[in-house]
Amino acid sequence: MGDESYNFVFKVVLIGESGVGKSNLLSRFTKNEFNHDSRTTIGVEFSTRTVQLDTFTIKAQIWDTAGLERYRAITSAYYRGAVGAMLVYDITKHLTYESVERWLKELYDHADPHILVMLVGNKSDLETLRTVPTLEAKEFAEKKGLLFMETSALDSTNVEAAFQEVLTGSYYVALCFISLYTKRWTTACHVNLYYSSVCTFLPCTFYVMCVFMT
Amino acid sequence: MATDNIINFWRKNAKVPGSIQPVYGAQHPPLDPRIHRTFPKDTPKGNNLKSKKASSFHEFARSTNDAWDIDDEDDEDLLAPIHPSSLPSALHSVHQVPPLPLQQPSDTTREPDTGPADRLAPPTAESCLQQEEDADGGQVNGRVVVKSSSEALLNTNTVRSTLQKQQSLPVRPIIPLVARISDQNSSGAPIMTVRDKSRLDKFKYLLSCPNTDLEELRKHSWSGIPREVRPITWRLLSGYLPANMERRDLVLKRKRDEYFGFIEQYYHSRTDETYKDTYRQIHIDIPRTNPLIPLFQQPTVQEVFERILFIWAIRHPASGYVQGINDLVTPFFVVFLSEFVEEDVENFDVASLPLNTQRNIEADSFWCMTKLLDGIQDNYTFAQPGIQNNVKALEELVSRIDEDIHNYFKRYEVEYLQFAFRWMNNLLMRELPLRCTIRLWDTYQAEQEGFSHFHLYVCAAFLIEWRKEILSMVDFQGLLMLLQNLPTIHWGNEEVGLLLAEAYRLKYMFADAPNHYRR
Repeated sequence: MGDESYNFVFKVVLIGESGVGKSNLLSRFTKNEFNHDSRTTIGVEFSTRTVQLDTFTIKAQIWDTAGLERYRAITSAYYRGAVGAMLVYDITKHLTYESVERWLKELYDHADPHILVMLVGNKSDLETLRTVPTLEAKEFAEKKGLLFMETSALDSTNVEAAFQEVLTGSYYVALCFISLYTKRWTTACHVNLYYSSVCTFLPCTFYVMCVFMT
Repeated sequence: MATDNIINFWRKNAKVPGSIQPVYGAQHPPLDPRIHRTFPKDTPKGNNLKSKKASSFHEFARSTNDAWDIDDEDDEDLLAPIHPSSLPSALHSVHQVPPLPLQQPSDTTREPDTGPADRLAPPTAESCLQQEEDADGGQVNGRVVVKSSSEALLNTNTVRSTLQKQQSLPVRPIIPLVARISDQNSSGAPIMTVRDKSRLDKFKYLLSCPNTDLEELRKHSWSGIPREVRPITWRLLSGYLPANMERRDLVLKRKRDEYFGFIEQYYHSRTDETYKDTYRQIHIDIPRTNPLIPLFQQPTVQEVFERILFIWAIRHPASGYVQGINDLVTPFFVVFLSEFVEEDVENFDVASLPLNTQRNIEADSFWCMTKLLDGIQDNYTFAQPGIQNNVKALEELVSRIDEDIHNYFKRYEVEYLQFAFRWMNNLLMRELPLRCTIRLWDTYQAEQEGFSHFHLYVCAAFLIEWRKEILSMVDFQGLLMLLQNLPTIHWGNEEVGLLLAEAYRLKYMFADAPNHYRR
């Protein structure tokens, strides 16, 4: 079944304002490519990459969404089943950073409450045009309980690391919930993990406890 | 000017937009290098099929080598490509040596603008070869006329096997086949069969009547409009140009002045608080509209697009500017521009046209686009209900015409919205090369509610077209990657014609069945 077998499919969504570089983050991670000529994303675009975590093969299913307001009515459907989200802003455009709160709200309105979120400051190669101080963004992320990283899809800085962190985090949370839910751990099976079916009834504190249990 | 274009065209290290890095995105399916490799070998075979005059591609190219003499004043020979397979019965006519001007003796007087636009450009064949060989290096992507012969060679088998290779070869299509609009749809159509000629005559006859019979015109436009008469036919069919010949000049002047009146009145307000977001969005979208086509990297052209979109957006506050609308300007702009361009449109320097001409093209594009959008505005109002309904309708339709596909999607949990949204939002422009869009719009404008209603059937036919590939996918990922990167890069008039025929058949079958979808 499939080109390669995998143990898990983790769905990750990229969100953020138009033009911050979501599509290129996607292509950099899944194809190791950067394209100056990318077109505007319409609706949703999709790519995959397989990674190894511990002994498991994880198929990362990455969804790239359009940033514009108009599409949100359509794209809200895409949050379903996502274990991770990368909220991207452009470090050279402060406006894109200011809308992060709005995006967070939308995320929590539509996605699973336990979704793992990373705040990503993209275009770090344009240091001279920076308008969002790293420290400020980092503190904001900590305050909100988000992971944080600055990346450059253009020169690849931290792109791999960012996705790995999100996927690893999702993986550990998944382990917790599976062991809790099934009370046993079956490996080597093809599992398509949909968060909402497993954990909507579990409060947040449980989540924290699970992390320490494993 | 044209000579400069020739020189620029051949300058291999011309500045081209973008990087050379390949991308596997939803925009362009990767090009199969096998095609490159087999290209020089295949062409002779393709030619031999029915060619009487040129027995092999190479011979032909060699025999017409001298046409590349740059001192030659007559630059119209250049760059009109070898006509691909769009003429169903006309493969034999593809590689005729040009004593072709004879074919249209009467035209030059009638339409001086288009000129002897239907000459075969032998150098193009050679250029194709050269560029094919260069193409493997993946260097230049500002290509102009390329691959025109290859189109004749690509049968469905090649395309289908290309698909299998695609997923493992993330090679960026070096030849901007999306940009290869220099074919019979927008640049000098090189050859005409007798059938083509009679069609063109019919159009010219219809267009010469003092009161154009729009019904007749629609009827004939359905199967495609000859390139020379496309600009005026589009203006007529969209309702922009009045059928009555006497009123035309007056109306045109009035509308054009009106548009530029809007510019004067409103364009400065793009920095205002209320409008700056709109303008900002338009401003960052324009460079991303047709990134592979050099024409659209010119500042003059980008400014034209910005103005058109900004004025439209503020005059339509119910929807404002929505990503996707920017694509809709392109076909009008290209078609209206092609009226003044002999060679390929893709590399044409718009600033070289007289200012008045530029302004007219801009205004006409604005008004025709407005008319188009009037019919589909609920695609772009908040929550985009038009699109949501269309996608549901598509689902319903497919469930009836191809249960296998429908069930397959269900089984792998593929939602129609995940791929068909873009089909509806951008009217398939992202899935087809620009030349195909232009041909498609001939029919859409001929149909009643073509852009809203008939489009649905075209989407259904388009989906079913790929049923074999769809049914060969084994998981969700594969399915979605396929559906967002369908291999239409080599499509031309013939494929679009077949698609339209199928869509028409579907419409005919379902038009009177009230249950087939709930609006």
